[in-house]
Amino acid sequence: MKWFFHIGRYYIMMSRVFSKPEKWSIYRKQFIKEVDNLGLGSLGIVVIISIFMGAVITIQSAFGFESPWIPLYAVGVASRDSIVLEFSPTIVSLILAGKVGSNIASEIGTMRVTEQIDALEIMGINSKAYLILPKIAAAVFINPFLIVISMFLALLGGLTAGLMTGAVTSYEFIYGIQYDFRPYNVTYALIKTLFFAFIITSVSAYHGYYTQGGALEVGKSSTNAVVFSSIVILLFNFILTQILLS
Amino acid sequence: MIEVKNICKSFNGKVVLNDINIVFEKGKTNLIIGESGSGKTVLMKTMVGLFTADSGEVIYEGKNFNKLDFDDRKEIRKEIGMLFQGGALFDSLTVEENVMFPLSMFTNMSLAEQRDRADFCLTRVNLQTAHKLYPAEISGGMKKRVAIARAISMNPKYLFCDEPNSGLDPKTSILIDNLIYELTSELNITTIVITHDMNSVMEIGDNISFLYKGQINWQGHRDEVMRTNSVELNNFVYASEFMKKLKQSLTHHGD
Repeated sequence: MKWFFHIGRYYIMMSRVFSKPEKWSIYRKQFIKEVDNLGLGSLGIVVIISIFMGAVITIQSAFGFESPWIPLYAVGVASRDSIVLEFSPTIVSLILAGKVGSNIASEIGTMRVTEQIDALEIMGINSKAYLILPKIAAAVFINPFLIVISMFLALLGGLTAGLMTGAVTSYEFIYGIQYDFRPYNVTYALIKTLFFAFIITSVSAYHGYYTQGGALEVGKSSTNAVVFSSIVILLFNFILTQILLS
Repeated sequence: MIEVKNICKSFNGKVVLNDINIVFEKGKTNLIIGESGSGKTVLMKTMVGLFTADSGEVIYEGKNFNKLDFDDRKEIRKEIGMLFQGGALFDSLTVEENVMFPLSMFTNMSLAEQRDRADFCLTRVNLQTAHKLYPAEISGGMKKRVAIARAISMNPKYLFCDEPNSGLDPKTSILIDNLIYELTSELNITTIVITHDMNSVMEIGDNISFLYKGQINWQGHRDEVMRTNSVELNNFVYASEFMKKLKQSLTHHGD
C-alpha cells in the first residue's frame, strides 16, 4: 500500500513540476547553474571511472578470448559492445545516481527542514517547479554528453590497457571497434540515458522534497534517493532493453 | 484585515486547533501568544495555506483563502511577507540576492532597480554592510533582519512573524520588535506575530490572542494582559519568579 502512496504522490508532484514557470528568465538561469552543478560537476568521476572500467573490460575480454580459434579483434568487438550497450549508459548512470541523486535529495531536503521551501511557497512561487524542473532539464540535457564522453574514454582506456599489457594490438582493437558496428546501439544507449537522467533527478528530488524532521532525516532521504533511483534505473533498463532491442 | 473563522485542525486524530475565531486588524500588530505546543505555528501555517484546515475559513479582505484555486492563492501569497523562526534565508544566495529574490521573480524591475530596492529595505532594517555576505556568515539577529527586509521588499499587505525573537539576546529582541511595530504602522499592514516572549507582548501587542490547548482562551490589549482573570493566562504570564515579583509589586502599588 505504501508503494501506491509514493507512486501517487510522485505523480502529483510531477504534475506541478511541469506547470508553467513564473518567469522563464529565472528558470533559464537555474538551468545553466544546474548544468554546471550536475553535469560538469560529475565530469571528473565519469572520466576516471570510464578510463579504468574500459581498461578492465578489455583485459577481461582478452583473458576470456585466449584461444587460437578466436581472432584478436574480437576483444575490440566485445569491449565496444559491453561499453556502448551497458557500461556507459547504465553503470555510469548508476554511479551518477549515487553522486547526483544524493546531492539533489540532501539539497532539497535541507531546504525543506530549514523552511526555505515554505518561504518559496509563501512568496507565491511554485516550489516544486522552481526547484525540480531545472534539475530534470539540466540532467536530461547534459547526461547524453557525459555518456558519449564516457564511451569514448572507456574505449581509449581499453586501447591503452590492451597495448600496455600486450593483450591486443592497436590495429586489431580499432578494427574490432569498427567491425559490424551498428549505430543503432548508440541510439539505444542514448535513449536509455535520457530515461535514466529523468529518473535520477525526479526520484531524488521526490525524496528530498518530502523530507520531514531534521538532519537525520535529510541523511535518510539522501540514502533512499540513491537506493530507489538505482532500483528504478535497473527496472527501466530491463524494460527499455526489452522494448528497444527485442 | 484577516478573519479566521471556526478553524479546526488535527494531526493523526490529535486535535491541535479547535474552533479558532480571530479577527486580525489592519495597521495593528496582532499577537498570538501561548505555551509551546499550544498550536500557534500550526495556526499561522494554516492561515497561509502551508497546512490545510480540517474545517473553517481564512478570509483575506473578503476572499475565502481555502476556496481559492492554486493560481488565486498565489496572488494572495504575493501580498504576504513572512518571517520564519529560523529566518529561512536561501543559503546559496547573498543577503542582497535574498532580498532581491521576490523582486526578480514577480516584477519587471531592472537589476539596478532591484538593487536599489534591496538596498532601501536593508537600510530600513539597519543592515547596510552585509549585502555581499552569505546567510552562513551573519549572526542570528542579522538573519532575522534580512528576513524582514525580504518580507517587506514586495510591499506586502500582510506580515506574518513566527517567533521573531527566538534565539536572540534581549537588546536585539527589542530592536526586532520595534522594527516590526514601526513597519506595521508605516506600511499600514496587517501584522501577525507569534511569540511567547512577554517583553514583546508588552512592547508591541495591539491585539493579543492567547491560545491554550488549541483554543482561544483570552483576547485583549496589552494593557489588559497584566490584569486578566484568566487562570491559564495568568499562569503563562506570571510563570517566572521575576514576573511573580512584578505582579506582587503592582498589587502592592495598587493598594
